[in-house]
Amino acid sequence: MSAPTKMRATVKDGVTEVRVLMQHEMENGRRKDEAGNIIPAWFITEIKAQHNGRTVLEGRFGTSVSKNPYLIFRYRGGAPGDRITLTWLDNRGDTRSDEVTIS
Amino acid sequence: MEVDMERRKALRSGAGLGLLGLLASVGLIGPESALAESQKNAFEARTMNDALDALGEALPEDTAAILLTAPDVAENGAVVPVTVESSLARTEQISILVDKNPTMLVSSFAIPEGTEGYLSTRIKMAQTATVIALVKANGKFYRVSREVKVTAGGC
Repeated sequence: MSAPTKMRATVKDGVTEVRVLMQHEMENGRRKDEAGNIIPAWFITEIKAQHNGRTVLEGRFGTSVSKNPYLIFRYRGGAPGDRITLTWLDNRGDTRSDEVTIS
Repeated sequence: MEVDMERRKALRSGAGLGLLGLLASVGLIGPESALAESQKNAFEARTMNDALDALGEALPEDTAAILLTAPDVAENGAVVPVTVESSLARTEQISILVDKNPTMLVSSFAIPEGTEGYLSTRIKMAQTATVIALVKANGKFYRVSREVKVTAGGC
């Protein structure tokens, strides 16, 4: 079970700024637990942000993105009330999609 | 090819890093086997040249049109804030790399038309290293780099 992505989006002078905080361990597969066993890699590999169904950002992550990945991006267009969706996929095949309304 | 498959398996299990290092040191795995055809494999690259090659450009141009913001000193290598701002026309792709991390490529973003060449994120750094922003704009690659001193590595 994954926790919801926190998002905030504001529009100013025709540019929408989106702040995203995904909830994910982002294990790099090199750390060991107390017993000395390698903790398997577990990280987000792909993200996609869409505004009213139009893709505004796509990203691929490696293992060096910090735990609970944080992103700020900006795009032209957007109006208060519009919906932005952020979807991520991790290396275990888990996926989650969250939405925010532009304020 | 066989060697490469083994390498992939080792990578997937996450347990093969020590073994790979050993193999590389005795010459069973040449650095060229890390080269790969698709961008996905750029994330497995362990040398800067391999990572840049896999991203599509071995010799990006240095430019002042990209602003890379990162702290001079990062106390916690697990969370290093990095911001890339490209004023290049038609910025298509932004990638962030760290030259001394176990895997160089941190993240790579496709910037569609209408989205600004601006990204702010947080990355992990194993040790003091050079952070590189690689930007593809109008079909050409540009880069800007910046050293970040890391007090406590966090990879």
